[in-house]
Amino acid sequence: MQKKREKKMLEVSDLSVRYGEFVALRDVSLEVDEGEFVVVLGANGAGKSTLFRTINGLMRPSAGEISFYGERIEGRPANTVVSRGVTQSAEGRHLFPELSVLKNLTLGAYIRRRDRAGINESLEEVYELFPILREKRRDPAGSLSGGQQQMVAIGRALMAKPKLLILDEPSLGLAPLVARQVLDAVVQINRTGIMVLLAEQNAQAALKIAHRGYVVENGEITLQGTREELLGNGEIRRAYMGA
Amino acid sequence: MQVLSRHWRKLALAVVLLVALLIPLFIDNQYLLGLIMLAYIWAIAAYGLNVLLGYTGQLTLAHAGFFGIGAYTVGILTVNYGFPFWPSLLLAVVFASVLGFLIGIFALRTQNEYFAIFTLGVGFVIFLVIERWESFTGGSLGLIGVPYPEGLGPIQFEGPEQLYYLILAFLVLTIYVAASIAHSLVGRSFIAIRNSPDLAMAAGINVGRTKQLAFTISTAIAGLSGGLYATYIGFLGPAIVNVPTTFEILLYLLVGGMGSLSGPLIGAFLVTTIFEYFQQFEAYRLVIFGPVVILLIIFFPRGLAGLWGELEARVRRSPEKEAEGREEPSREEVR
Repeated sequence: MQKKREKKMLEVSDLSVRYGEFVALRDVSLEVDEGEFVVVLGANGAGKSTLFRTINGLMRPSAGEISFYGERIEGRPANTVVSRGVTQSAEGRHLFPELSVLKNLTLGAYIRRRDRAGINESLEEVYELFPILREKRRDPAGSLSGGQQQMVAIGRALMAKPKLLILDEPSLGLAPLVARQVLDAVVQINRTGIMVLLAEQNAQAALKIAHRGYVVENGEITLQGTREELLGNGEIRRAYMGA
Repeated sequence: MQVLSRHWRKLALAVVLLVALLIPLFIDNQYLLGLIMLAYIWAIAAYGLNVLLGYTGQLTLAHAGFFGIGAYTVGILTVNYGFPFWPSLLLAVVFASVLGFLIGIFALRTQNEYFAIFTLGVGFVIFLVIERWESFTGGSLGLIGVPYPEGLGPIQFEGPEQLYYLILAFLVLTIYVAASIAHSLVGRSFIAIRNSPDLAMAAGINVGRTKQLAFTISTAIAGLSGGLYATYIGFLGPAIVNVPTTFEILLYLLVGGMGSLSGPLIGAFLVTTIFEYFQQFEAYRLVIFGPVVILLIIFFPRGLAGLWGELEARVRRSPEKEAEGREEPSREEVR
């Protein structure tokens, strides 16, 4: 793990982010390799969303580097980060409620707007992943159930044809069964070769599907390891699985 | 159901257009015809504001300023320099949008209430320049004798009836442009910014450039409406450029419904006619109108157009959706 490998596609090193005086992230280092599914565990306010927003370009780090496929992306505006292949589906879903499902999805393909055929292809892929969205494509996104809205949010992120998909607690506020369906879909997405960086509070569910994981506490990474290592870690079991 | 309602919408549109075309034949009353023309002009201005405020969510308070730039471009070119009307109108649009573009570069660096305050300042400065630059704009005495447009081929603009059709044509053109924008990806990126600039950025939209585009389009339309106003009214005074005019246009948009295609027209038409109707109450009109607007905003934040849309949605939803409720999708549906 400590050895530098060639394959690191996303590499975050010694990243610090401040909100004024408050240090939200301190010297965070993290990486995602080709095809990997990485989960970031942590309680509310631990810094998961800040980390993702910074990778995504919505926040500027006060120190540290983020590189994606060898290219430095920290501090760049979010829209250019998207066109490099990093897409985030934000926490709390954030759809355009009055627009139809279809329009929400096509907005996700904004950076490929001239590629009509490609957009339709991606649309088909999203519908295949979430067949209910095909049925509801003409309905305003705001009229959908929580789980369906989450599917739209993930689908919209996929429409940008990302290399790395960042998901900030996609299961938040969903019924357990629906949450599992959403996570299952994320696994399927990862199987197509898209790297996934997932934030979760439910460590049990997340570690079941991820390859590796990081634990964030008070803005610092306190633990990291493969799925097996983390699942076997007594501290994690106590803190995040209630066992 | 959807197809049916689309047909109805087309039919309604055709009827409205037909009525609009026939109005001069039925109305002998010059005053009433003038009132309708004025409502059209304000509706065009409101469509301009709608692009920026309604769709993109940026509250500009400089709209009357750009309206004034358009009006005074036509006024000064025709009255002081003897320019023909048509190139003057074109220059009015060009000038307003170029100035809008340049001011937008600075104004759009600010956000939310700061943007509103910045543009309020811009609007007031434009007013002051027009009021004080007497040798050029006529100052507070204004410009007198802005001519009617020259004839276009067989069409001559001799009286209000002909001018009515000219203004109607520009209104239809404006609505057409607004509708094309609203239904395009550009319009959706405007809406995305209104909903959440962060989210728009995360979808890959260049927020700064897109806002700049919306601002420029809105000032171009403001310039157009100002140019038409100049030829319609024939006299220009600086008061029309002042900030209260911005709030009047804003009022049309609030009453009619922001971010909708019919809102600006409904609002401009209703408010101008109601205002004229209650003219006997003079300044007290505002005392009556103020509370009405407050109630409207509280209960119908999307204006009258939004109210209609809500009713329509409720009628359409009630039979099927109510039974379905808020059920989560079943497993099979997800797989």
